[in-house]
Order: sequence, then C-alpha cells, then structure tokens
Amino acid sequence: MTKRPEPRPPAPAGSGADTDPSRAAIDAAIDAAIAENRDLRGATLPILHAIQDRLGYVPPAALDRIAKALNLSRADVHGVLTFYHDFRTSPPGRHVLKLCRAEACQAMGCERVERHLAERHGAAMHGTTSDGRLTVEPVYCLGNCALSPSLLLDGRVHGRVTPERLDALLAGLAAEERA
Amino acid sequence: MTTTVYVPRDSAALSVGAEAVAEAIVAGARAGGHDVQVVRNGSRGMLWLEPLVEVATANGRIAYGPVAPGDVEGLFAAGFLRGGDHALCHGPTDKIPYFAQQTRLTFARVGVTDPLSLEHYRAHGGLVGLQRAITMAPAAIVDEVVQSGLRGRGGAGFPAGIKWRTVLGASADQKYIACNADEGDSGTFSDRMVMEGDPYLLLEGMAIAGLAVGATEGWIYLRSEYPDARVALVTAIQRARAAGWLGDDVLGSGRQFDVQLRIGAGSYICGEETAMLESLEGKRGMVRPKPPLPALAGLWGKPTVVNNVMTLAAAPWILQHGGAAYAAHGVGRSKGTLPFQLAGNVKHGGLVEVPFGITLRELLHDFGGGTASGRKIRAVQVGGPLGAYLPASRFDLPLDYEPFAAAGGMIGHGGIVVFDDTVDMAKMARYAMEFCAIESCGKCTPCRIGSTRGKEVIDRIVAGERREANVALLQDLCTTMKDTSLCAMGGLTPLPVLSALEHFPEDFAR
Repeated sequence: MTKRPEPRPPAPAGSGADTDPSRAAIDAAIDAAIAENRDLRGATLPILHAIQDRLGYVPPAALDRIAKALNLSRADVHGVLTFYHDFRTSPPGRHVLKLCRAEACQAMGCERVERHLAERHGAAMHGTTSDGRLTVEPVYCLGNCALSPSLLLDGRVHGRVTPERLDALLAGLAAEERA
Repeated sequence: MTTTVYVPRDSAALSVGAEAVAEAIVAGARAGGHDVQVVRNGSRGMLWLEPLVEVATANGRIAYGPVAPGDVEGLFAAGFLRGGDHALCHGPTDKIPYFAQQTRLTFARVGVTDPLSLEHYRAHGGLVGLQRAITMAPAAIVDEVVQSGLRGRGGAGFPAGIKWRTVLGASADQKYIACNADEGDSGTFSDRMVMEGDPYLLLEGMAIAGLAVGATEGWIYLRSEYPDARVALVTAIQRARAAGWLGDDVLGSGRQFDVQLRIGAGSYICGEETAMLESLEGKRGMVRPKPPLPALAGLWGKPTVVNNVMTLAAAPWILQHGGAAYAAHGVGRSKGTLPFQLAGNVKHGGLVEVPFGITLRELLHDFGGGTASGRKIRAVQVGGPLGAYLPASRFDLPLDYEPFAAAGGMIGHGGIVVFDDTVDMAKMARYAMEFCAIESCGKCTPCRIGSTRGKEVIDRIVAGERREANVALLQDLCTTMKDTSLCAMGGLTPLPVLSALEHFPEDFAR
C-alpha cells in the first residue's frame, strides 16, 4: 500500500526485519502477557496491550488463547481487538510514527508534514516503507496542541514539526540503526 | 551554595527539546565547577516559551526561554545562575503578565514543584483538603462540593456535587470513582498537564470523592496517547501507597481508598462516560443508553462517580478553602475557574486558568497575542472537535456555560483552537464528519451512517452539485443526528458542521 516515488535502499543487515521471532517465541510472549494480566478485572485490554508491547502487534494466534484464559468467546476477543485503533494485527515497521491530524495540528499545517512523509520518505498514512523501517499511523491529538504540528515517534512526542525537522528526526533514526 | 535550576519534564517541553537542555545545563555546570541541582518540574503553561528554564535566586525564580541546547553556554556566560540578564530572560516568572494575570487554583502547584516529590506536595499545601475531608461526615463533604458550584469539567457541565450526592445516596456493597483521563479533544491538554505536573492532586481529589460517596476503589482511564502522563501516574500511585496516602488506612484515618490505572487504546469515543466504563470492563467502547445513570449503575453495574480529571482536581482546593470561596469566583451559574487552553495557530499558546466570564477576545488577544502566523484570526473552535466554529463577530461572548450555549457555542473542556485566514471552513466541516465516521462506536444509526453520508453531502456541496438542495439535505441530516443520536458524539458533530456553514458560507461555494 506504500507509494514509492523513488527506489529505496534495502534494509540494513542485522536489523529486526529479517529476524522474525519463531512461532514458539510468539506463543511464549502471548502466554506471558496473559499470565501477567489474566487476574485483573476487565483483563482484555491490558492483555492486548501487553502482547503488542512485546511483539509490536497482536498475532491471530492470540485470539484463542485470550478467549480460553478469560472464558470469553473468540468473537468477543476479536470484537475488542478490532474496535481499538491502537491494536495492529500485523507487524509494523521497525519504527512507528504517529502523526496527529486533529484540528489544532491542521491549523498549523500538519497536512504539509503528511505530504512530505509520503513524497520524500515513501511513508504514506497507514503504510510502511518498503524497507520495513517506518510505519506511519494517524493519531487524533497528543495533547501538545500549543506546539503543533505534533507527532509521536517510537513513543516520544515531538512538537513544532516542520518537514525539515522531520527529515532530521528520520536521519537520526537511520544513524541509530547504523550504529 | 547549591543553585536550583528548573527544567520542565512536561511532555510539551520535552517535545521541543527540554531533555537536551537539561543535559546541557548539567554538563555546563560540571565544566564550570558550578554547584547546580536540576529539578524537573511541570510546565508553567507558557508553552510558547518552552523549554522554559528557571533559576531560583534571592529575587525569586527567574525565567529564561525558549532555551535551545545551544543557548546554554551563553546563559552560563551571562551569569544566569544568579539571574543574570540575557536575550532569553523574562525576569521573575511570577511577574510575566501571562502568568500574573491568572487565578491559579487547580494549577497552583503545576510548574512550581517537582511533580513526584511527596515533600514538595506537602510543602505547597497538598493533602490539606483530604485531611479536612477525613474529619467530615460524607454528606458534609458532598455539601461542600455542592456549595462550590463546581460543574463537570469534561464538557457536559453537570453539577459535580449533585452527582456525588446521588452516588452517596445509592446503597451497594461496592462503589467506584472512575476518573475520565481520556482527554481526546483537540486543543486540550489541561488534564495532561496536571497528571504530569501535579499527579498527587488528582489522587487526592479521587480520595476525597471516595470518602464523600463511600467508594473504596478509584479507577483512572488514561488515554494511550499520553505516555509521559502514564509514567508520572504509575510512579505517583506507587509512592502515594508507600506513604500511606492511599491504601487500607488513608492518612491513618482507618478509611480505605486505592487507585488503579488503566490505559485506553486510541478510541475517542471512550471519552464518553459510558463507553469508558465499557472499556474499563474490557469490552468494546460501545455507548450505553441512559438511564440507568452511571451514578446508580456504572462500573460493573455499581454506583460510580464518573468525573473528568479537572473536576476531581478541583476538589482538594474546595475542601481546603471551602465551597463558598470557590463559588466566589466566576459568573452566573459558572462558578470557579476554568483552565482554558490556547492552541493551534496562536502566538502565545498555553494554559490560562481564570474565572469564568472572561471573553474570547481577552483570551485570544490579551493572552494569546493573535495568531502564530501573524495573519488575521478567522475562526476559533471552542470545546473540541464537537464544538462550534466561531467568527470574530462572536469574540465578545463571555465564557459562561449558559450564555455561551445560547449563542450557539459550547465551552466543553475549555480548549480553544485558533485558525488564521488561510483556513478552508468547508474542509473543516468535512473533517468534523470524517472524524465522527472514524470514531463512532457504531451503536446508533444516525451517528454511524449519518457521519459518512454527511461527508459525502459536503463533498457534493463543495463540488457545486445541486448546491441548494444539498445544503438543505445537510441541514436535515444534522437535525436528525442532533435529535436522535445516543450520545454527544453523533449529537454534537452537527455543531462544527452547521456553525461553519452558518458563519462561513462563502467557503462552501467557491
């Protein structure tokens, strides 16, 4: 789904993209997330968060295991999983950028940043770059509305984002990966 | 002698480089042999000055901002540790007009103290309200809040004391305090600033509510978009428990109250109180029909106080100073203060806590200083994505719940998003429908389907397709959504749409 205006270099060697955890490791992560949270009241969301924190997404194999642990139907768990924007059902890129597109950020030109991401970095909204480096998702407000436009990059908020500042942030990621 | 330097760890400050500034100050102090203690405070709310560095001097705290890491060397050279003059110096923080002209009740400590320090909290008036509440009968606590005139700060403005009284009067084996910290409205950040900048205030407010209604458990539903607030709350809850402020014996009173934190998952509708309860219970965030009121059948069917962060955070001040003192601020039936938030295309964006009754013009010009772009303000949206777009001709409206609503506006959570004259209001109206389509829980038809149809109709109007007929259709659709939606999401989405159409019709007919 990613638009590619120009060819991308291949993923750097040794990066996470080519070291998919095995099925057994995935199951172990799911079971650990369930074990830690199953005794909470209303445990479904905490479990889904815990799985995604470990794996970056919630694999299909998690549904049956959660349903069994919480004595819910598979449909119940599927319903919760798919209701919330945060939960992914496939692995994201190695970095996740959430770009705010709510009103305050629109007032300060977040669309310009969104276009720049797609055109310069090949990272369209809801897409992942072809080298698997970056996933871009929309977010509706980061509570940083006096310093718009804002984005969340790997869990850290950045404000007053311009295309130039965005280039610097992404160059920083690339440098980190090479190091 | 050790000099104390304050560098905020509020996420707004972090978003523009406060971490690197703190590191540069520590490194500079080491290199110059200065004895410096860096305190990571909350934000003073003058967000255009972030990172705002303060130095404690004999003449009070002196402010410097916005400081970039590259400025730090020059600050040391200018003797900023003694309050020395520098191009970035604003003099004493308390005297900066933006700050000095506020009435900070809820935000009294935010930006002043180390948010996670129990000692700072106590030293700056913390826990006084809770200690007084412990000595009072539950009904007397409720009466104090009723007398304060405090209304729900989440948007609906329902009298908090009346809600508390309903829960107090309900008999059940378990009651709950559910704090709505799903601050999803664009242009709002006051909840976040309190949770990051003075988290014990929220915990104290929840404990007071617990004592007032007989609830032993408090739940905070925090949005996942606030990772820094999450860290602050997790730590604050742990420390408050360890200090005996929460737990089985609150401040040695023999009364029980504890708080747990739950994290949302990126759903705007979960800021609606019943959807939030569903989400806390581990389900899809589907809106519940009312009645039953959550006050009688809320979390797991038990009587529950559902209050916004700002509502609960006002309780400690009210218990400390009395309901009458709180009600002395404000106008009409809008008592006390509201922490307004200036956002979007505004020169001096930030948090402004003032009594109700201030006009938009005062907020936008006297505090906000006009737009960030230097162009004319064309429209403001007050009250989040479900609030009306207002043109300059409405800027003299006082921010007072009833008159503001009578003029077609909604104060909501007090967020004000500013747009300059480059804004396309037809696009903003379309976005309001699009946002509703993305975030609708899907339970009721007018919201689930109306939002998508609304977007399509606006597209046809803008494309010039049978414009008059389609405008009539849009108005009709909005009436249906307003009158028949289950909750405020579908019910209020027409507000930004119709206000844009009313005040800026030229944008729909280009």
